[in-house]
Amino acid sequence: MTTDLTRLTMHALAAAYRAGEATPSQATEAYLARIAALDTRVGGYLTVTAEAARAAARAADARLAARRPLGPLDGVPLALKDVFCTRGVTTTCGSRILEGFVPPYDATVAERLAAAGAVMLGKTNMDEFAMGSSTEHSAFKPTRNPWDLSRVPGGSSGGSAAAVAGDLAAAALGTDTGGSIRQPAAFCGTVGLKPTYGRVSRYGLIAFASSLDHPGPITKDVRDTALLLGAIAGHDPRDATSVPEPVPDYVAALDGSVAGLRLGVPREYFTEGLDPEIARAVREALEVLRGLGATTTEISLPTTDYGLAVYYIIAPAEASSNLARYDGVKYGLRVPGRDLIDMSSATRAAGFGAEVKRRIMLGTYVLSAGYYDAYYGRAQKVRTLVKRDFEQAFAAVDLIVAPTTPGVAFKHGEKEDPLAMYLNDVFTVPVDLAGIPAISVRGGFSATGLPIGLQLIAPAFEEARLLRAAHAYEQATPWLERRPELS
Amino acid sequence: MISRADVDHVARLARLTLSDAEAERMREQLAAILAYINKLRELDVEGVEPTSHAVPLVNVFREDEVQPSLPREAMIANAPEPAGELFRVPRIIED
Repeated sequence: MTTDLTRLTMHALAAAYRAGEATPSQATEAYLARIAALDTRVGGYLTVTAEAARAAARAADARLAARRPLGPLDGVPLALKDVFCTRGVTTTCGSRILEGFVPPYDATVAERLAAAGAVMLGKTNMDEFAMGSSTEHSAFKPTRNPWDLSRVPGGSSGGSAAAVAGDLAAAALGTDTGGSIRQPAAFCGTVGLKPTYGRVSRYGLIAFASSLDHPGPITKDVRDTALLLGAIAGHDPRDATSVPEPVPDYVAALDGSVAGLRLGVPREYFTEGLDPEIARAVREALEVLRGLGATTTEISLPTTDYGLAVYYIIAPAEASSNLARYDGVKYGLRVPGRDLIDMSSATRAAGFGAEVKRRIMLGTYVLSAGYYDAYYGRAQKVRTLVKRDFEQAFAAVDLIVAPTTPGVAFKHGEKEDPLAMYLNDVFTVPVDLAGIPAISVRGGFSATGLPIGLQLIAPAFEEARLLRAAHAYEQATPWLERRPELS
Repeated sequence: MISRADVDHVARLARLTLSDAEAERMREQLAAILAYINKLRELDVEGVEPTSHAVPLVNVFREDEVQPSLPREAMIANAPEPAGELFRVPRIIED
């Protein structure tokens, strides 16, 4: 057959396997060849696990030939952000301090994907410890946006989003702490879903901010997101914050109608900082959804403007505690010192990059004696207000529709000032603070040909509703017909 | 306003050796970020309960039974200076 297998969605690939038109080994070889040819320019991968992928593909070939596939993901080639521990495969979290670290165990999500027969192609690049919005803060290399190699793919899951957009993986997993799935999904024109906090296990996910870290899928279309979420969601006794809620059939949920669905449009998201092209794209999307029978109303989320300030207290505070474990003793880098404190301090100085140091310092400061109540205590209270805003909004609407980012993908080196970089996450951060699910789908293109992200937000554990509306929108628009020219 | 002495103190607490130039740059950047964060003072939070977790799960218990754990060799294998079954660190007690 002549179809380029790397262009297919996961569900199309699975259908091709079932129809006997392709095998997991053929798809895996096609991806490995494309990665070998193009990833030097994109920089999506930190590690490519070619031999393990081939072995997993052969096993899937045999199951499919015997007509006993493990499920819809059997033999599908995927990539994992390098924040997930993978047994026997180097896991760096984008940091020199973990260079060469080989985890002795698998993250729950990696284990579940392997049990579903998925083929892992490798580990994707990321901002160091998931701190960043451009994947320029990886200690190893920057990742480039397949739509325009002079631009960033977003971050911190930039490697995963660029790999999916550039057809270097059928789908990928990322993590979202302040927008790190949705923002790169928007910049790269992929689908990205941040599930409800506790929906997907964090076990084996290298911690950044434990009350905010959410693993989730990055895919080529909404149906694939439903498939992948279904495979990784569910209770895990090894993560005490994992919630024992039943997992619905997300794929079955795609087919419902959106007629009568009440959509809220938060007025605080349409500020002067928002690119007019993106504002227009969101308004056009609302028109499309109204055409499908949904109703729209303006709503207010009054604390929107404070979300980022809350985030830049809570996330660094939790990070400063989580990253205390990198002390040169148990794993990773060690720089010799005259005593224990000197050794740890020198190791951390050499092993962490500038952004990670900045956040550790900020987090340590806001937790230190004399400042705790003024910063951390107050931020936790405002977090309650942010959460309450959403609860009040969802009393009157079923979903919230908003832009994912204030601008499209920017150029490498364009945002040198840390605060300017942080402002990228202004529309994604409040959702992480509230722990509710949100998805970014392709919502059009800028005049310069860059993808625009449309964000849908739902109440806790209403991923099925989110996916149904996102799917209806995707089906009603022509945006997926365009693809980046990478050759 | 965050001072250079604050930066040096916090760097010690955080176990980060900073060069002079790094510490000065850190002071400037932290000052800018803190000035932004200070906008939280505009809000009245009197009587508001703090949120430490988005999902209200409390006291997640399991039976107090021994469960399998990773083998010791696997956990030692990544150490920069393993010493048999132990992690070696610089001497911490004076002679």
